[in-house]
Amino acid sequence: MTAATPARQPAFLPNWPARLAWLALAAYALYAASLLDVTWERFVLGIENAIKFIGRMVPPETDASKMQLMMRGLYETIEIAVISSALGILLSLPIGLLASRNLMPTWITWPMRLFIALCRSFHQVIVAIIFVKAVGFGALAGILALIVASIGFIAKLLAEAIEEISLKQVEAIRATGAPFMNVIIYGVMPQVLTRFVGFATYQFDSNLRNSTMVGIVGAGGIGGTMFAAFQKFDYDFLLTILLAIIALIMVSEALQNQIKRLYQ
Amino acid sequence: MIEAQQPADPGAPALEVRRLRKEYRRGVPVLRDLSITFANRGITAVIGPSGTGKSTLIRCINRLVEPTAGEILFHGQDIAKLRGRALREARRRIGMVFQEYNLVERLTVMENVLSGRLGYVPPVKAWLRKYPQADIDAAFELLDTVGLIEYANQRADALSGGQRQRVGIARAVMQQPELLLADEPTSSLDPKTSVEIMELMVSIAERRRIPVILNIHNVPLARRFATRIIGMSGGSIVYDGPTAGLSDERLKQIYGGEDWLE
Repeated sequence: MTAATPARQPAFLPNWPARLAWLALAAYALYAASLLDVTWERFVLGIENAIKFIGRMVPPETDASKMQLMMRGLYETIEIAVISSALGILLSLPIGLLASRNLMPTWITWPMRLFIALCRSFHQVIVAIIFVKAVGFGALAGILALIVASIGFIAKLLAEAIEEISLKQVEAIRATGAPFMNVIIYGVMPQVLTRFVGFATYQFDSNLRNSTMVGIVGAGGIGGTMFAAFQKFDYDFLLTILLAIIALIMVSEALQNQIKRLYQ
Repeated sequence: MIEAQQPADPGAPALEVRRLRKEYRRGVPVLRDLSITFANRGITAVIGPSGTGKSTLIRCINRLVEPTAGEILFHGQDIAKLRGRALREARRRIGMVFQEYNLVERLTVMENVLSGRLGYVPPVKAWLRKYPQADIDAAFELLDTVGLIEYANQRADALSGGQRQRVGIARAVMQQPELLLADEPTSSLDPKTSVEIMELMVSIAERRRIPVILNIHNVPLARRFATRIIGMSGGSIVYDGPTAGLSDERLKQIYGGEDWLE
């Protein structure tokens, strides 16, 4: 040790604002929980109800006419997911590009970002209700609602991905005298393609799950069938539908992995 | 092989820079009214300390950087005044090699080389990779010249630095340029590869009879390969003459101090 240790600063400074914020969050969570009146009796009763409910679900319904009804719903669900994903992905490309602040002037990015924010503002079910009012019951309303959701997600993330690309590669393509579209095709798209495929497949998965739900508000798909089964206390049919949806999502998951492997 | 198009009068200068001025911030010029004439042949090396405007000078020539004032006459046409299509058409006649190669990492070597033709191939064809057969043949020939023909279908990010710069040179030459610019082409490379890259660039330029303007930090490399040296300091030209005339006294004037000279 040296005789005269120089006056040192602490090695790690405490972050008081962050500590206080965490404390406040914990306090609010406890307060909110006390308002909800969660008691042991309710919990026990809940478990009893759940066991009764599950008991009525098994065995799952396998009646041919019911199965046919379910398959029709499932087909419509897949239809909604595929069409809305395809159109959503296609529309997101130009919108995301126009919203990227490193390639576009402010007067274009600003309205585009506003549009994307609007698409993201409401939950798909709320958007679906609006479209059911606008175009009537059926798959079209579901498709439109999920296109809006797809644009909100893919275009936003695509714009962010484009804002992170290396401009050196873009500069090199510009230096060859390439017109704007060639700069986009060669300088920009290769840099974001893998991420774009990732967003697109994720959104397809999301659309598939959400297309099972928009049916509840009459926007087509298996959701309508499922909701009807609920209301008619047809719980064994409900289980069949739930199992079918799980299978559908798993197939989609496998498909996504294959697609991502194609674009590495 | 497609040869570079030559202007009618081979004696006329390829490039005339007149009173070129660049200010990134108002009132703080990086280039102070430079005037330089470049002949239609030869290797010109621009040397000088970092931050003295060498890169800005090179980038003003093909307008990757916007000049504040002055004229850049490329075969008589003032590039500084061009806009839109006319600017793009001027750019395709000027090839550029970059310090960090600036290859599109996720595209293949062949796609990178062919991107030198993007000023000529319309977007849909470029997207579908429908290049004219003559371009594809020329690209293979160039890849052979730079020694990377077996890498044609490899992705650019799989290559080493020296290999990438070879692709960068091939891309620039693919434009059939009438002028080749190089912005610190060897600064990211090891000494041996640097020499190889310079040799490659010089030999291609001589064979195709195109002038080269490059900026370079490495004075021995500049001496070895350049026919003319321009020394810059503080945004002005302090030496302009044949390589043989670059004395230690001049170098001191360009870089300041003398401790680094051996």
